[in-house]
Amino acid sequence: MLRIENISKTFNPGTVNEKTALSGLSLHLAPGDFAAVIGSNGAGKSTLLNAIAGSFIVDSGSITLDGRDITFTPDHKRSVVIGRLFQDPLRGTAPSMTIEENLALAYLRSKEEKTHPFSRIRKRDKEFFAEKLKLLGMGLEDRMRQPVGLLSGGQRQALTLLMATLVTPKLLLLDEHTAALDPGTAEKVLELTQTIVAEHHITCLMVTHNMKQALELGSRTLMMADGNIVLDISGQERSGMTVDGLLRRFKAGTGRDLDNDRMLLSD
Amino acid sequence: MLQIVQTALELGFQYALVAMALFLSYRVLDIADLTTDGSFVLGAAVSVTLTAAGHPILAIPAAMAAGACAGFVTAFLQTRLGVPSILAGIITNTGLYTVNLMTMGWKSNASLLRVSTVFTLLRDAGIGGAWYELLLSAAVTGMAGVLLWLFLGTRLGLSIRATGNNRDMVRSSSVNPAFTVTVGLCFANALTGLSGAVVGQYQKTVDTNMGTGIVVIGLACLIIGETVLGRGGMGRGILAVMAGSVIYRFIYAAVLNTKIVPIECLKLVTAMVVALAIAAPTIRAGAVFQKRRLAAGRKGGR
Repeated sequence: MLRIENISKTFNPGTVNEKTALSGLSLHLAPGDFAAVIGSNGAGKSTLLNAIAGSFIVDSGSITLDGRDITFTPDHKRSVVIGRLFQDPLRGTAPSMTIEENLALAYLRSKEEKTHPFSRIRKRDKEFFAEKLKLLGMGLEDRMRQPVGLLSGGQRQALTLLMATLVTPKLLLLDEHTAALDPGTAEKVLELTQTIVAEHHITCLMVTHNMKQALELGSRTLMMADGNIVLDISGQERSGMTVDGLLRRFKAGTGRDLDNDRMLLSD
Repeated sequence: MLQIVQTALELGFQYALVAMALFLSYRVLDIADLTTDGSFVLGAAVSVTLTAAGHPILAIPAAMAAGACAGFVTAFLQTRLGVPSILAGIITNTGLYTVNLMTMGWKSNASLLRVSTVFTLLRDAGIGGAWYELLLSAAVTGMAGVLLWLFLGTRLGLSIRATGNNRDMVRSSSVNPAFTVTVGLCFANALTGLSGAVVGQYQKTVDTNMGTGIVVIGLACLIIGETVLGRGGMGRGILAVMAGSVIYRFIYAAVLNTKIVPIECLKLVTAMVVALAIAAPTIRAGAVFQKRRLAAGRKGGR
């Protein structure tokens, strides 16, 4: 589904702030793969997601999604087939617009619904949105005309998840999307994520700082260091892996301890 | 007295279009569009020139199209060429000065003498009696308001609103913010051009300097309206700018007739009102901080 070949990205080249964020990284994701990415601070996890989403164009290498070369496609065009959630629950929604209006915007990505720019939200759309909102189990279907700014962070993140998957994407990028939520809400959003991803067989790449989560969730665990993937395990090898084992493998691979200031805080 | 009220209402509705344009650019898109001063004169210049040539009705859409072009230039500078948005407006505005002179045949002003305008056409048709000027001004502004309200409810309108709210989210909805900013600024400046067009034919004159400071007056109307009607949805916002504009013209008329403040000072007063209104949240926060600091000081703090 996703085929990344040898991509590199250096920020601020030729200055004192020069930073190679990705160096010759390659990654293949099969359709339906759910890969969790972990790594130290500055390993390039978010940069990888940004490169796939098109926040910047990579310096070299190529990115192919479902057989289409998207290396030079601008971000807003990639978003037709790539859904994305950020750590900050405020980044995915427009606060002064209503829940209904936010969903209508997300629905613009729909290919079947050939809508012209001057069309309005129809009754049929509203019913569809309400039906989808019900699945979140947060009672948002009764608050569709309220501005999103009134929702809690968890509710906004759940709504963003719904918006990102309202039109089933080919690839879903999750950048520590539960890290800013309280533990209860985080669990709920994670559960919803698993349900939606499984139901639509969405290929998914998730950055997390929780090692346990990285081993339990999904079907693959990737470990990053210095802008590259240093460990890629799945199947038997993964199911037999422990957090300690993962840390040892990291040290063996890079000669350093895994250091991520957020990991210390997580169980 | 009735004459004063009538004039205030007429001007209020005509200039409400500028306030509506600023509602779209400043409130909805979150861009301070300084093209406004120039595109107002551009609208008036196009309108008066075409009216003088015998096309008062055609003059209106032509002035709107000219305004939209000005908005497009500003949008192009900021979305495609990376010029900061405020500077983009100033640059276009400066260039428009020459364009406006050119439109008026390289003169700094132009007047309409014994030619029909949209207003005289209405009067000659016998519609509206003595109130025909107010009727037309209110009708044009009312119609523009309804159309803008309808537009903001469309899918394109929603994308424009989201652009002022959260550009990341617009991108992830497969919409290019550069496109929505462009459409928004074109529409806003078309409204400003429409205002200039109506004012030009109403006053039967256009002057290169008639737009000076109009952006601040428009913002004043926006703020007055929001203070009176409160902030809320799009419909309320559009009604608020109309109300604000009419109220501003009543204040203007009151000052003009009572001379509480010399009329020459009105722009300074307007500027001060706008600056204070926009600064209000910061001033309020600063006052709260000082109060806390002083309270802490009494208890032996800093």
